Amino acid sequence: MENKPIVEIKNLYKSYRRGNQILTVLQDINLDIAGGEFMALMGPSGSGKTTLLNLIAGIDTADSGLIKVGGIDITDLSETELAHWRSSNIGFIFQFYNLIPVLTAFENVELPLTLTGLSKKERKEHARMALQIVNLADRMDHYPSQLSGGQQQRVAIARAVVTDPALLVADEPTGDLDRVSAKEILDLMERLVHELGKTIIMVTHDPRAAEMAHIIRHLDKGVLNATIQASH
Amino acid sequence: MQLFKLLIKNSFRHKLRTSLTVLGITIAILAFGLLRTVVSAWYAGVEASSSARLITRNSISLIFFLPLSYKEKIRQIPGVKNISYSYWFGGIYISEKNFIPNFAVDAKTVFELWPEFVLSEKQKNDFMHDRKACVAGRKVAEKYGWKTGDTITLKGTIFPGNWDFILRGIYRGAFKSTDETQFFFHWDYLNESLKKTDPNRANQVGWYVVEVKRPDLAAEVGAEIDKTFKNSLAETITETEKAFQLGFVSMTEAIIIAVRIVSFVVIVIIMAVMANTMAMTARERIGEYAIMKTLGFGGWYIAGLIFGESFFIASMGCALGILATFPAAKAFGDAMSTYFPVFNVQRQTIYMDIAATFIVGLVAGVFPAWRAVKLRIADGLRRIG
Amino acid sequence: MKIPLSYSFRNLWTRRLTTILTASGMALVVFVFASVLMLAEGLRKTLVQTGSYDNVVVIRKASNSETMSGVDRVQASIVETQPEVAIGENGQRLLAKEIVVLVNLLRRGSAKPALIQIRGINESSFPLRPQVKLVEGRMPRPGSHEIIAGLSIAKRYKGGGLNESLRFALRDWTVVGIFDAGNTGYSSEIWGDADQLMQAFRRPVYSSVIFKLRNSSEFQRLKERVESDPRLTLEAKRESKYYADQSEMMSMFLSILGLSLTIIFSLGAVVGAMITMYAAVANRTDEIGTLRALGFQRRNILLSFLVESLLLGFIGGCAGLFFASFMQFLTISTMNWQTFSELAFSFSLTFGIVYKSLLFSLVMGFIGGVLPAFRAARMNIVEALRAA
Repeated sequence: MENKPIVEIKNLYKSYRRGNQILTVLQDINLDIAGGEFMALMGPSGSGKTTLLNLIAGIDTADSGLIKVGGIDITDLSETELAHWRSSNIGFIFQFYNLIPVLTAFENVELPLTLTGLSKKERKEHARMALQIVNLADRMDHYPSQLSGGQQQRVAIARAVVTDPALLVADEPTGDLDRVSAKEILDLMERLVHELGKTIIMVTHDPRAAEMAHIIRHLDKGVLNATIQASH
Repeated sequence: MQLFKLLIKNSFRHKLRTSLTVLGITIAILAFGLLRTVVSAWYAGVEASSSARLITRNSISLIFFLPLSYKEKIRQIPGVKNISYSYWFGGIYISEKNFIPNFAVDAKTVFELWPEFVLSEKQKNDFMHDRKACVAGRKVAEKYGWKTGDTITLKGTIFPGNWDFILRGIYRGAFKSTDETQFFFHWDYLNESLKKTDPNRANQVGWYVVEVKRPDLAAEVGAEIDKTFKNSLAETITETEKAFQLGFVSMTEAIIIAVRIVSFVVIVIIMAVMANTMAMTARERIGEYAIMKTLGFGGWYIAGLIFGESFFIASMGCALGILATFPAAKAFGDAMSTYFPVFNVQRQTIYMDIAATFIVGLVAGVFPAWRAVKLRIADGLRRIG
Repeated sequence: MKIPLSYSFRNLWTRRLTTILTASGMALVVFVFASVLMLAEGLRKTLVQTGSYDNVVVIRKASNSETMSGVDRVQASIVETQPEVAIGENGQRLLAKEIVVLVNLLRRGSAKPALIQIRGINESSFPLRPQVKLVEGRMPRPGSHEIIAGLSIAKRYKGGGLNESLRFALRDWTVVGIFDAGNTGYSSEIWGDADQLMQAFRRPVYSSVIFKLRNSSEFQRLKERVESDPRLTLEAKRESKYYADQSEMMSMFLSILGLSLTIIFSLGAVVGAMITMYAAVANRTDEIGTLRALGFQRRNILLSFLVESLLLGFIGGCAGLFFASFMQFLTISTMNWQTFSELAFSFSLTFGIVYKSLLFSLVMGFIGGVLPAFRAARMNIVEALRAA
């Protein structure tokens, strides 16, 4: 595994305004995440874990501090550049899958590729491969409403890896799944890390999910606490 | 009262959507009202007709005239109280765009036959004593800034040349339905000139206006007049003024029918918009309706809520639309006064506005309400979260 | 278009009821818009075809129409001797002195009368109007009380058909022939021998003198001479312009009424589109967040929603045009306010009207969708995702 951290965070602050008050969500966060790491981020409700995830993924902007992902300082990018960066550098996995209901599984997976310069033929190839990785090639013409929760999440994962990003962020990926499906998903995520060398940052409440991770970090009241090395 | 408050709150949950819907209904009611007013303006002449007046004209068509000598013969027919005559002059004031109905009339009897043209005794006298005098209606005088004493020149089309008149009176209409855009002058003035330049066309009138002693004598007197002139060189047709005006209106009937149809099209358009709004709103609240049902509220109660909201929004739009109709009609009427001398919003139009709104509210609510009644609680709950 | 077109299409299809209702509103507006344009075009076509550019109509000065005009025999003879009058194949001048009057006739199946033009013609009248052809029966015999009727009259007026008779001017007149004048105003006329009619109506003067120019470019010269001649109180117009002027008031009225109506209606339809699109944006807030997270730019989102509402407009436009095209089977007959005579014309669909209507529907879709599309584009990613 690489020694250079894939994510470097220094002195990160984030607050937001509610009415007349200013609430500080993240205070002076410093964090390095190595490439190939499977990290779980846990903490009580309102601790800011989703906010931290959003900042690393580039869909929110910090008040101050540095975030480097894959060597690029994303705090320095404009909104347009950030969107462009996200399209090939980040994969998203959401609690409620967030698939586009009017597109088939295949089309959903293909969607991020329209932002790259690939030809139509190449896009279709990549999408097919991604669906094979998650073992859903036989269902690719189904619409999300025709798939179970677990299947939908697998499609979402295929979408997340189709542009071959180094970093995947997952926000409660098993939150809406039954035990069996949840295990499937977590196994799949573990394989992505082991076999494809992806780095995964996962926000979760679920202790079983946390067990699968290599490393667990706790966030409380905007402050990173002790790190617990998992049993891997 | 509780229910009413709930309705209002529900309606304003989606402020933007409700405002847009109300706006749509306001526009539709406004358009509907204007169109209906156009239709009633078309019949304005008919509305203003008197049932005690008959029009006697040449039986071939209006472009053929009657001899002046008929006047005495008609006057002697039993039942006839008074008689006057008119001649369509068709003059142009400055340009063809400024259409003014202008007539040569019998100065001695014009005010007797048309009591709805109101002006002071002095002005009446001034008119009668000046052969070159003319009288104009308030609206047309205002439009062109005429004042008594002004010289007004008309360019003749049927009777060529430039004709000068001195404005001696401005009349106002006794009723809202009276045409205040007319212009008339002495027939004698026209006739004197014709005797010199075109004697073939002298001593003729366009039509006679006959006042009967009682309205129920109208048919009898009319038939008698026509009988008198049957087989003469200029046969006549006599009909009540109302029938005469209706005859004109029916010639452009096709347009009136089209306008009527279009006015209903507007209502259909807005029904589609409103139905869409209610359908969307109801679909979003399916979860809530399911919960209400679990709490014990029946399907009919929910249907009532839906209809209530539908009617509430529709009535807001209706009220605003009706309020906007009056100034809009005034503006429209002023702009189109050449075509519509009388342009008033009738009470009947307002009633139709309200009826249309009621129907819109009803139709818009029917499908969502039916859905709500039929809703199975489990299906509805599944929609939440 | 980064976000696929199928996304917009399928979203409209998924919410079918809403799409149908909104598009129907727009379809109705386009229907009225196209119908008004078609009506004006039909009117213009009728009147324009009625007049020929190379013919000249001479009427009394300032009289506006033949029925109000009077040209006495002396004046008519002076016009006849003008050098610009074309000579026909048989050596005769292609010039007709005609009388035109209005007569009340009853429509078939109705007690409502209409004012119809009766034209007294002579030998040159037919050659001057190549659009008019006798299709049934024969020409009236000279000196008889026989007439021929235009197709529209024969079809729609009591006594106007072949071998039927009409009564006016104290006499019965038998219809011995029917003529086809295509779409022109002549279809709504009755023609008879000028001398017979002048006698019957006791009008010793003609209404107009119509002739063909031997050389079309000589019109201006002829016009100046005729109008400045002190013996004549006449004016000369090209026949095409004469008929175009007759429709001015009607055309303008139809245009003003029709277009102002369409604008008001379109406001209603646009409001409908706005409501629909705002709802679409509100319902797909989480999708918008997802798309932005995946890397789509604000402008991609904006365009996608705009395309959706443009599609709505387009569907409405096509539907409206489709139904409007059926109006071509209708004939309208109404009184022309300038001449007081009855005029029959129909709706005429042209390519220009098709593309104007579609453009109009796209504009409606645009206006309805632009504000909601901006709202979609301006969303904050995190807040949008939270709506999931």
